[in-house]
This record gives sequence, structure tokens and C-alpha cells, in this order.
Amino acid sequence: MKLFTILALAVAIGLATAASPFAASSPDGLEKVATDKAFVDQGTLHSVQEDSPVPDYAFPGVDDPRAATGLAGFAGTLMVFGLGYGAARVARRRTAPA
Amino acid sequence: MHIPDGFLSNEVAVACAMPAVAAVGYGLRRAEVDLDDRRVPLLGVTAAFVFAAQMLNFPVAGGTSGHFLGAALAAVLLGPWLASLVLAVVLVAQAFVFADGGITALGANVFNMGVLGGVVVGGLMLAARRALPNTRAALLGVAGGGAWLAVMVGAAGCAIELAVSGTVPLGTVLPAMLGVHAVIAAGEAVITVAAVSAVLATRPDLIHGPVPEPASSVLPNPAIS
Repeated sequence: MKLFTILALAVAIGLATAASPFAASSPDGLEKVATDKAFVDQGTLHSVQEDSPVPDYAFPGVDDPRAATGLAGFAGTLMVFGLGYGAARVARRRTAPA
Repeated sequence: MHIPDGFLSNEVAVACAMPAVAAVGYGLRRAEVDLDDRRVPLLGVTAAFVFAAQMLNFPVAGGTSGHFLGAALAAVLLGPWLASLVLAVVLVAQAFVFADGGITALGANVFNMGVLGGVVVGGLMLAARRALPNTRAALLGVAGGGAWLAVMVGAAGCAIELAVSGTVPLGTVLPAMLGVHAVIAAGEAVITVAAVSAVLATRPDLIHGPVPEPASSVLPNPAIS
């Protein structure tokens, strides 16, 4: 399992870091429909999102937009791995037979 | 398909959050059945892969892009309830750290992109186990078809929630959402089949449910890997 975990995580981090700066930047399906059907302006940021740590997948303090996106992808993928692993560990412990 | 705050009425947001919380809670409670020791790191890796792949928008027709959602892949590996948990982890991180997807809309986003797809694909896997031979081709067919359907059901759910919220009429938003997502869903199917193929080639025992035949000598021994 260790080898698979390391390899799969490496693929995820590699994609998020190296490929995400070159991803398409046009609006996604819902954004496009919201624009076409004229309700996109109803979208708001929640107050807790106004000073979100990494707004719009751009790592703060990095001038080059591609580097900022790649760094956000790298950090985000590691963080989500940690969150998922932690959630699984907690769930496993709570239900594990005593 | 991340709904921001402001698109949904409070009633709809709450009505969507309830099944989302129930599905994630059920996934956590079923951890003893679905989440053996090998799958604890698998859940983390799946969440990481889904997050990474969601950043990779690909162009679809007419100045629009789409991206992988991941519920189908997660359901093939972990079953529908832990797939809901995986997407909840990803969507919580995206909403709170990256300001992608709303906070009050979080339940609806987990429901549309996690629970609906997970249940669709989990149900198809269960039906296929009874009706189809236990082969690699059958599993990949279910994964691909299920991935396409999962995105379409999620898009339909999103459209219905917007309509019930009074944001946009259903007759306007439903065809538009299904039309653009029919193409995005094809991308979802391609990525899901590729990822499931990669798992089948390396660790077929990580597929949720029985391992497809032939379970020959090429099957790695979990004890030594």
C-alpha cells in the first residue's frame, strides 16, 4: 500500500503543480450558464471567504501567475491528502472494535 | 459546477445540506465495513487526486471549460458513502481555503458533486455485479457510463436547485446545464476509465467489491506491497 500511496500521491501533486498553470481559464459549465442566463451577478463571497488564504487558486505573494497557481496546487493537494487521511483515521478509530 | 453563495435560497440550501450531511455521516459510520486498513491512505490519496484533477479545466465548446468532478472514481474505489466523504473533504477545502464554491451552498455542492454521483455509480456497480460478468471490461464500462451519468445527474440537480430557489426558470436552466455538461461528462468518463484502468493494472484489490477476473498470478499480494 505504501508504494501505491506514494506513487498515486506523486501523480496528484505533479498534476496539480505542473499541469494546473496551463489549464483552461474560460468559465466552467455552471459559470457559463449563469452568465448566459444573466444570474451570475447574484453570486457573492461569504464573509469568511473575503480573506481566504489562497483566493482563486493563486498563492499569495507570488508575482508570476503560473507559479502562483502551481504552488496553490502543490499546497492544496498535500493539504487535502492530510484532511482525507485524517478523516479516515478518525472514522476508523471511532468504529474500530474495542 | 461549484455553486457560489447567493444562487440558492436558504430553504434550498438547507434542504440539500441535510442529505449531504446524512450521506457523509453514514460514510463515517460505515468506516468499519468500507474502510479497512488499506483504504485509510486510499481515502487520502483519492481526495488528493480529485482535488488535483479538479484544477485541470479542459476546454469544451463555445468558450467554456469543464473539469473532472471525481465522485464516480471515488465510488468505484470506496463505495458511494465514502465517495461522499471524499468530495466533502475536497469541497470544504476549496470553499474555505480557495474561495471556490459557497459556504451556505456547501451542502448543495456536496450533494450535487458527491452524493448524487456516488449513489448513481454505487447503484450501477451493485446492479452490474448481479447482471454482468465480473470482468475488467464490465467494470470499465460501468465506471465510464456511470461517470457520464454522475455528472449529468449532478448538473440536473444543480439546475433544479437554482429553479426552486427562484434564481432562474427550470425550462431555461435545465437544458442549458445538461447541454454543456453532456460534453464535460464525456471528459469525466475518459478520466475515470483511465484512472480505474491504472488502479486495475497496479492494485486491483483496491476496487470496491469483488476483484474482476482473471484474478491470476499477476494479482499483487497486499501483504508485501
